[in-house]
Amino acid sequence: MSTRIQAAATAPVAVADTRDPVVLLRDVRRIYPGHPPVRALDGVDLQIDPGELVGIVGPSGSGKTTLLNVLGTLDRADAGVVRVDGYDVEELSDRQLSAMRAHRIGFVFQQFFLSPGVTALDNVADGLLYTGLAQRNRRARARRTLTRVGLADRTHHKPHQLSGGQRQRVAVARALVGQPALLLADEPTGALDSASGAAVLELLHELRDTGTTIVVITHDHGVAAELPRQVHILDGRIESDERTAER
Amino acid sequence: MTATSTPPASRLRGRDTVRVAFSGLRARPLRAVLSALGIAVGIAAMVAVVGISASSREQVNDQLRQLGTNLLTITPGQQLTGGEAKLPPDSVDMVARVGPVTAVSAIGTVDDASVFRNQHIPEEQTNGLSVNAARPDLLDTISGTVASGRWLDDALAQFPTVVLGADAAERLGINRTDGSGQVWLGGEWFTVVGILDPVPLAPELDSSVLIGWPVAADLLGFDGSPTTIYERSDEDAVDDVRAVLPATANPDHPEEVSVSRPSDALAAQAAADETLTTLLLALGGVALLVGGIGVANTMVIAVLERRSEIGLRRALGATRAHVRRQFLGESVLLAGLGGIGGAALGGVVTAAFAQTRDWPFALPVWVLAGAAAATVLVGAIAGAYPAARAARMPPTAALATV
Repeated sequence: MSTRIQAAATAPVAVADTRDPVVLLRDVRRIYPGHPPVRALDGVDLQIDPGELVGIVGPSGSGKTTLLNVLGTLDRADAGVVRVDGYDVEELSDRQLSAMRAHRIGFVFQQFFLSPGVTALDNVADGLLYTGLAQRNRRARARRTLTRVGLADRTHHKPHQLSGGQRQRVAVARALVGQPALLLADEPTGALDSASGAAVLELLHELRDTGTTIVVITHDHGVAAELPRQVHILDGRIESDERTAER
Repeated sequence: MTATSTPPASRLRGRDTVRVAFSGLRARPLRAVLSALGIAVGIAAMVAVVGISASSREQVNDQLRQLGTNLLTITPGQQLTGGEAKLPPDSVDMVARVGPVTAVSAIGTVDDASVFRNQHIPEEQTNGLSVNAARPDLLDTISGTVASGRWLDDALAQFPTVVLGADAAERLGINRTDGSGQVWLGGEWFTVVGILDPVPLAPELDSSVLIGWPVAADLLGFDGSPTTIYERSDEDAVDDVRAVLPATANPDHPEEVSVSRPSDALAAQAAADETLTTLLLALGGVALLVGGIGVANTMVIAVLERRSEIGLRRALGATRAHVRRQFLGESVLLAGLGGIGGAALGGVVTAAFAQTRDWPFALPVWVLAGAAAATVLVGAIAGAYPAARAARMPPTAALATV
């Protein structure tokens, strides 16, 4: 229980004891059929409270991408309990899972996945496309979010006119624009040089300080060391769950 | 927040669906234009075929409106015994006495008389020309016009003068109507005083030479029996008049009289083109089918290429239905773009063709509506399978491809 108290103490915005966890996994298993079958997740227990910034660290093939997909409701577990934002994923239909992603979960990918030939503003506004908001409102919120990630002067630039670090900040803004309960970042610094990567990590720290719950998936121990909580995963099992003192 | 409630649904506005579908096309403009071109060719072919045939029909209708459809021709048919029947010489006057009849005229073929350029030409080389005696009121009754020179009036009809049909003038090689041209007709020299324009309602006159009724009787032994009576009546009374004409023209042998309506023949000729139109329309349909296959091919490739986009959209909250609608919309837009281009192209081809033929331009609205419906249908069918494939793709697989 001591780690729990420490977590609450180091995350002033989130009061973990009075709120439901954002993520709750109990004995989650995901097995890909084959010869032999691949146990991508082999009994994972994990709880992430509101306002946490968590790194999930492991080498390739450890199951961390599968874990991200399960957390992001893009994939379903074969066994165990997956609860995201208070919803039991097992009980939701495909349409309802889509709705979860539209309203409650934001994704940041290693390859950014920005639409070429579309301005930063509209790329960010696309984060709200499937919420049914009118384009005018989507753009207004996108403009505010771009300001929040420090790109207020780049709203009308297209992806090819932006640096790698700026593109990833646009992608972060797109994930953030719907004010998700959970932001999932898959190797967000993987395609960036170290300076740009550090800037993106700095941005994630700032967002976390304003209360966003963030999960960063990485194979880079240097990146993980920057994060206040590190969950190490190997062969589909959680090896360790450590919290470091706030920087 | 409890586990039993559900989050608000994903929603993609109709306007955004169109926007998203269009953005897919804009990303690869050349490919979009080329596959739309396939549809455009098919639609253009079909629109042009229907347009040209409609313009042609419009031209015939115009002609009929101008010439009138109230002209009936009365000809002697066959005797019951198989011989050639004749109409009595006074049949023209009897037809004129029928109430609704407004104009009557007649020609009488002068048997045994042939026309030649001069007397040295062998008698068997008649060029297929017939010699007819014509009443002075013939031209008005059949809506004929004189191309050059003048028509036979009562005075000229007494003398050996002749008016040539359009084809007859050409075959005889005569284009002068100033009185210097002469033809050798039934052993006499006749002076050419006029040449007619082609007569659509009485094409038999085009290969005739026409002489006055009196001179035919005096010089060539014409018996005065008309071989074709032309009659016009009130438009509403045509059927009634038609019913009484045989008994009026030849009271003794009404069964030997045949009555026809030349405007029917013109209309039938226009209708005969329908078969060709149908065939060409079918060919246009094949082109449209090929265009549709091109669109389907483009969409299949687009879905394969854009797996990561599909994955991203699913991650942003798109449902399967949203993804399906996006690609179906893209396919329909692609085909629709081709359809608009094709309809415009078909319209231009129709206009140009009508222009060269001096036809009126006619392109019925239903053709354009049909073309629009056809493209939407082709786009929907072509896009159905690729869109379903895109929708079925699991988001994790779609994201894992890069």
